[in-house]
Amino acid sequence: MRIGNLAIRKLTVRFGSLTAVDDVDLDIGNGEVVALLGPSGCGKSTLLRAVAGLEPQAEGTVRRGDEDLARMPVHKRGVGLVFQDGQLFPHRDVAGNIRFGLRMHKINDPGRVDELLDLVGLSGYQRRKVTELSGGEQQRVALARALAPRPGLLLLDEPLSALDRALREQLALDLARMLRKAGTSALVVTHDHDEAFTLADRVALMREGRIVQTGTAEEVWRHPIDEPTATFLGCGLILDARIIGGTARFDLGDVHLPWAPEGTHKIGLRPHALVADPDGPLQGEVSGRVHRRDHVRLLVKLEHREVDAVATIADAPEPGHPVRLRLDPDGFALVGPRERLSVF
Amino acid sequence: MALVPLGFLTLFFAWPVVAIVGLGARAAMLDTLASSDTWQLVGFTLGQAAASTVVAIAAGMPLAFLLARCKLPGRGLVQAIVLVPFVLPAVVVGLAFRGLMPDGGVWSIILANAFFNVAVVARTVGGLWANTDRRAEDAARALGASRLRAFTAVTLPALTPAIGSAAAVVFLFCSTSFGVVLILGGAEYRTLETEIYLRTVQLFDLPGAAALSILQLAAVVAALVIGAVARKRRQAALKLRGRQETARRPVGGEWVVVGIAYGVLVLLLTPIVSLVSQSSVEGFRALSGTGHDNSLEVTGLRAAMNSLSTATDATVLALILGVLSSIALMRLGRSAELVDVAMMLPLGVSAVTVGFGYLITLDALPGDLRTSPLLVPLAQAIVVTPLIIRILLPVLRSIDDRLRQAAGTLGASPLRVWLEVDLPLAGRSLVTAAAFGYVVALGEFGATSFLARPDAPTLPIAIGRLISRPGELNTQMAYAACTLLMVVTIAVAVLIERFRTTVEEF
Repeated sequence: MRIGNLAIRKLTVRFGSLTAVDDVDLDIGNGEVVALLGPSGCGKSTLLRAVAGLEPQAEGTVRRGDEDLARMPVHKRGVGLVFQDGQLFPHRDVAGNIRFGLRMHKINDPGRVDELLDLVGLSGYQRRKVTELSGGEQQRVALARALAPRPGLLLLDEPLSALDRALREQLALDLARMLRKAGTSALVVTHDHDEAFTLADRVALMREGRIVQTGTAEEVWRHPIDEPTATFLGCGLILDARIIGGTARFDLGDVHLPWAPEGTHKIGLRPHALVADPDGPLQGEVSGRVHRRDHVRLLVKLEHREVDAVATIADAPEPGHPVRLRLDPDGFALVGPRERLSVF
Repeated sequence: MALVPLGFLTLFFAWPVVAIVGLGARAAMLDTLASSDTWQLVGFTLGQAAASTVVAIAAGMPLAFLLARCKLPGRGLVQAIVLVPFVLPAVVVGLAFRGLMPDGGVWSIILANAFFNVAVVARTVGGLWANTDRRAEDAARALGASRLRAFTAVTLPALTPAIGSAAAVVFLFCSTSFGVVLILGGAEYRTLETEIYLRTVQLFDLPGAAALSILQLAAVVAALVIGAVARKRRQAALKLRGRQETARRPVGGEWVVVGIAYGVLVLLLTPIVSLVSQSSVEGFRALSGTGHDNSLEVTGLRAAMNSLSTATDATVLALILGVLSSIALMRLGRSAELVDVAMMLPLGVSAVTVGFGYLITLDALPGDLRTSPLLVPLAQAIVVTPLIIRILLPVLRSIDDRLRQAAGTLGASPLRVWLEVDLPLAGRSLVTAAAFGYVVALGEFGATSFLARPDAPTLPIAIGRLISRPGELNTQMAYAACTLLMVVTIAVAVLIERFRTTVEEF
């Protein structure tokens, strides 16, 4: 059922006076995994549901090859859907759930269920009751169920959010591998950067119903298109800088950014742009500290402003103590439209 | 989808009722309202209903506690025993209480009505109680409240929505109770409901009966609206709480309440046992005949067969209507409240009114429906459908819509989604609903007594006729027939308990 690229054009969903999805254009290449990333309430799930055909108010077109999916009822669209919390059929066993789509499409492929259970790492689970599975196992079965009829497009709505953190990270890696192996085009909705960057070939950033930026993980991470996007992607501090010969010169000093084009720009600093280092050039005072899993996050009073910084667990200073900081190029992003940047 | 049940409701419920209103308003409304007899009637109707409601709540609360909070053996049996009175045919209950309290009087009416409705209180209140977080009480106890104080200060307020909702329903049932009052009250104690019947059938005062029906209707609508508000609050209350096991072995003073609950159970069993003990072999043998001096036009067995086939037709009809209405109500979402109340109207508007309405409107329909064997099933279906909706709708509403959407994206058309998701998941409650509908249709007395032809009575109608005629043989036949009805009813009640789900409501 795999037929070319998917092209979403001018997709709009209105709920009364509220425009949840506003004139969205998005392409998904054959076999490509696109993540739709944005804060809660930005309309990303609504966009996904509109593509699936679950939002009756949707306007615009969703083309796949010669077909306009927007004109088809849900059950004819050939899309697979995975919800946050499985939504497995409680009255059927694991095999019965996976076989459901095959039955609906009258596909006779006796080996398919075993094949999919292999793919999602649940071989031998055929006869298990779905109500007795763990959350992670339920999501694996939900994925297998959605993939079974070989949909032209797989839609995943926050597929990992209902799971606890450790499991989420492991399953994100597994999911990325399974999606590649299945070779299905997919659109993943998530509010979690790590998840988006782990799963997707390309990320589409969404805010207030619009897609504000698309690009590879590296592109959007290094070049957030505007200040709100930079803030959403973790830049706590945004400053003016002048870049000459691959070195950015700004309030706090100089930092080597060889990938940055010449000119005057805004740069975004993520917490790990400032690292505690006894030999660092900057002098401040610690006003707060929080333990994270593999590092310590510091709040540092630096001249007239408070900034985020990181330290290793071994030598993190106490609040009230002085601290020296150095700049780490890895924690910097360049804020602004890429096209404008490349002109300079 | 909504059109079929709404059309049916209009034709077979709204129109007859409107016709009654027209008839009553044209002629006798003012005279009737001015008469002191009328207000005495209204006073007695409401008074006995209020008293019955109080008794039902007093008896139902310990049972609700037993069912919701106590982990004791024999729980399934307790549930079945509680449910049986609710589904017993009115004539059976009437006859049982007449046997227990031969002098009758107001108290026998109040107790019989309460006996019927203890199940409503126990199940409605028990349902919320079982879902009420125990930790609020624990907190109160830790703060120094005695067990009783914790109950009155914490638990009782939390249960108020359920108690209010149950009280509204019980009051409604008691004020429109027909068979029990007719059998136990005779000519002496009359409610609006029996008076409508007597005026129609014995005095042929149709305008007067219609005027009384209007009064009845107004009261019922008021009670239903109050009930709907209370139900909404109860559903809101239920949503706030997670589902967890709150039952445990009773401790200390709780055993007193458990003792009282078992006492109530014994009292509930008393009329049933006494009825069975009064039936005799001669009675059962006599069922193959027509009674003393041919009191019946057909044999007792013929009437039993009539009952079975009529109830089957009515159940099938009501299931179709109930399922279609439930789907329509579910689709309507928020705006469904009004339609919901409209669909509930037949439950409260007395069956007598429905039967009476048919008498005065059905001549106008093409075909001779008035002599058709479908007439009685139609009327019974109108009475039964609301019950089916009440059982089915909450279950359908509790199915996550995304489950249907998942099936849709996997290629299931809307009809297929219904067959593959809704039907299997609501299957158990569909069985419950059908069983419920069947026993209620089997015991239906109010509407049927207007509409059943003398040569094709159902068993309850035959019982009513037998006990209104003299002759020892008739009495024995009536007891035997009641026992027969009761056995079927109890069997179905046990079936209902086996298929019971947690979200249904009355």
